[in-house]
Amino acid sequence: MFPEKAVVDGLADAAHLAEVQGRSLWKDARIRFFRNKAAVASLVVLIAIGIFAVFGGLIAQYERDFIDFSLMGANQTKGTPSFATGHYFGTDSSGRDLFARTVQGTRISLLVGLVGAGVAVVVGTLYGAIAGYFGGRIDGIMMRTVDILMSIPFMFVLILMLVIFGRSILMLFIGIGLISWLDMARIARGQTLTIKNKEFVEAAVATGVSPMKIILRHVVPNLLGIVIVYATLLIPGMIITESFISFIGLGVSEPNTSLGALISAGAGQMQYGVIWQLLFPLFFFIITLFAFFFVGDGLRDALDPKDR
Amino acid sequence: MALLEIENLTVTFQTGDGPVNAVNGVSLGIDTQETLAIVGESGSGKSQTAFAAMGLLAQNGAATGKVRFDGKNLLELPQAALNKVRSQEIAMIFQDPMTSLNPYIRISDQMAEVLTLHKGMSKREAVAEAVKMLDAVRIPDAKARITMYPHEFSGGMRQRIMIAMALLCRPRLLIADEPTTALDVTVQAQIMQLLGDIRREFGTAVILITHDLGIVADFCDRTLVMYGGQIMEEGATTDVFASPSHPYTLGLLKAVPRLDRDDDILQTIAGEPPDMSRLPKGCPFTSRCTFRQDSCADIRPALTDFDGTRRRACHVPTQEVA
Amino acid sequence: MFSYIIRRLVVAVPTLLILIIISFVLMFAAPGGPFTSERALPDAVMANVMERYGLDQPYWKQMFDYVTNIVLHFDFGPSFQYRDRTVNDVIAQGFPVTLTYGFWSFVVAIVVGVSLGVAAAIRHNTWLDYLAVGISIGAQVLPNFVMAPILLLVFTLWLGWLPGGGWNGGQWNYVIMPVIALSTSYMASIARITRSSMLEVLNSGFIRTARAKGLPTSRIIIRHALKPAMLPVLSYLGPAFVAMITGSVVVDVYFSTGGIGQFFVNSAFNRDYSVIMGITILVGALTILFNLLVDIAYAWIDPKIRY
Repeated sequence: MFPEKAVVDGLADAAHLAEVQGRSLWKDARIRFFRNKAAVASLVVLIAIGIFAVFGGLIAQYERDFIDFSLMGANQTKGTPSFATGHYFGTDSSGRDLFARTVQGTRISLLVGLVGAGVAVVVGTLYGAIAGYFGGRIDGIMMRTVDILMSIPFMFVLILMLVIFGRSILMLFIGIGLISWLDMARIARGQTLTIKNKEFVEAAVATGVSPMKIILRHVVPNLLGIVIVYATLLIPGMIITESFISFIGLGVSEPNTSLGALISAGAGQMQYGVIWQLLFPLFFFIITLFAFFFVGDGLRDALDPKDR
Repeated sequence: MALLEIENLTVTFQTGDGPVNAVNGVSLGIDTQETLAIVGESGSGKSQTAFAAMGLLAQNGAATGKVRFDGKNLLELPQAALNKVRSQEIAMIFQDPMTSLNPYIRISDQMAEVLTLHKGMSKREAVAEAVKMLDAVRIPDAKARITMYPHEFSGGMRQRIMIAMALLCRPRLLIADEPTTALDVTVQAQIMQLLGDIRREFGTAVILITHDLGIVADFCDRTLVMYGGQIMEEGATTDVFASPSHPYTLGLLKAVPRLDRDDDILQTIAGEPPDMSRLPKGCPFTSRCTFRQDSCADIRPALTDFDGTRRRACHVPTQEVA
Repeated sequence: MFSYIIRRLVVAVPTLLILIIISFVLMFAAPGGPFTSERALPDAVMANVMERYGLDQPYWKQMFDYVTNIVLHFDFGPSFQYRDRTVNDVIAQGFPVTLTYGFWSFVVAIVVGVSLGVAAAIRHNTWLDYLAVGISIGAQVLPNFVMAPILLLVFTLWLGWLPGGGWNGGQWNYVIMPVIALSTSYMASIARITRSSMLEVLNSGFIRTARAKGLPTSRIIIRHALKPAMLPVLSYLGPAFVAMITGSVVVDVYFSTGGIGQFFVNSAFNRDYSVIMGITILVGALTILFNLLVDIAYAWIDPKIRY
């Protein structure tokens, strides 16, 4: 920590000095991340998808719930993707503009991913940090609870909830977030166990800072790296979960839609020779997932000290 | 004739930050029953020299040069032939006994497999032999404890097990890579004592790789000092300790805490070890050297013989280094 | 070992109870009873129905009876929607199907995933490694509900090689697409986990020792590296099991295989609470049992775990 005070009592220690005076963690990580071409490219793709999801509606020629009755039931022949008609991605079986619906589906899927991961990260980090920091019996009870919850098939419980309380985006957010904080809690706890023995935490304890303040001020900021990595890798999982729920027909309700719902609808149409209704949403789904996975991997390589 | 002879060995690792030259043109030899110390700080290339000789480099590492053992160049030996040399002729023990034994396999199985594989013994014979060897390294109650897992032993005991395992096939050369670094001080002494006894008893030549000059003085016939992947000086241990001929060796010796001198402040070598991916053209020690001359940074000093039995790589005349 | 299993089972009981309580609370919290959405029934008939299903009892009594019936008689009660069918009938009909393709999916995911991961790690930074990484990255974005329509599109609609749905008593050509759809993304995850843990193990000190001992590569991999490399895979199998059972919902819908997932979805739309609950609890029990097996396997591999 204090190179000028360190008495180098052997040569082995001299080597460690180099590390102390090295680049800062975040700067180092940024350099590493931007050296990873796949991750950078994925970040660009992700930004492009974000722009598409937010502003794509502006260039759509139709409202997402406008039904073109002249095309309804005849989209196999008349609903093909075309710039001339303004249906860039064609129309769906109900004669609605697929471009506008894909924009909206992407937006909802991204939103679910971000909010779901957000819920999981906040709940999981705090829970794990508290369990790890206090340790002992509190830790035992809290982590045993996590163990128990982990072996409950939450997807079934979530479906049960959606059936009983009716479909709503809010319920979906809560449900998906609640499913996935458990892993985060475990990771955060493991990291907290090592952080709490560091000098700066001991210094804070010695000066009488309250435990909750230490957790929020000293422990959680130091969990940030691993939390960011995990959150990025969690988002595609969230999107998959939401798509799964939408696929069963319990996700967002019409006229709103999500990529999962669009894929499901498209899959139902392909036997009639309408491929585009599956392929366009599928393309955005896969590209989004890919981008998140690569960015997450890039972040992990950049931030995880284990890989140095 | 030398038992093992290394000639102009270089080791290069391909890393994300570019190639790293861990060893740069090292040549050395060791005779039968001799003990040689390779001394240097972390990153001086001393361990990688040994790994390269045994073909144990990490996957991103490559070695060039010659490693001659029994007239064979180990670097070019096919895998099967190399496996015959390993452990039967040259055995190795490592720095951290906590991680160098397989935690998922019983000691008996880990030891016996060496003998069943190389000597064609039956499992029962092999285990019996292993027990004998554990007795030899003074593990109490070896017969009962051989079926235990590594985590059931202390660090010192595990290093004893490693030594016993290395000696199973009676190799002619034992390479000990920092065998005591990870151990408590009292245990260190015991292990070094054991290594000494074993060496006499089995007539094994030993290469001791260490950064701890204290254990070298008692143990080794010859000492070789490495820095920046190169040899700085070499000679009989008594000579090197009594009259170091290289500024780096001098610094190393001054940095050893001693009771017989009345120093208030422990001397250190100022500066940092060199970045092995960007080694200077000249002598790697230049930036930390108190004797440096103008030529040091640009011209790499050659390793030259002097005093008949010694070698050194330094531009500064011997008599000026003191 | 035996007492370890017993202790794990003791933990399993409250887990299952929590699951049952959650399900029950959700059901009681539901706006109106299971029969309110039907056309209005005369009071007398309603009372009759409530009595028949035991819904006139206090909540704790309903729950108690429910649990006792399951534990003592393996009886999950009647279906709320179909008078002539019990939850047990549904399970008996759908469960063997789900178990069949679920089992094969698991086998495929583990065998292919582990082989791919090990091969990639051994041939690190060669074309084989890149191929394996490519496959596993690609497959990761192909969850079952994406795989299923793609398979149908290619093998049924375009090539016409495989039947588009049905079960036909589990004949191989009916099983193959459900198995691939279900296993692909988990195979990918297992391959990735195996690869990275194998790489880590291969770089560890004890593998260096094994090499220094002059062991042939095949022996080093099989005898020294495989066991520790499998530990992370093992802990992934628990969640993978849950996810695969959940995935049966998709498989059943796409391929009309008639497994438990199909009944689950139908019941979800028909508000057939007792069937949903029965399936949820059964799946939960299986999950707990499976996790127990994983824990036992873990303890068997890792000598550092004390029973």
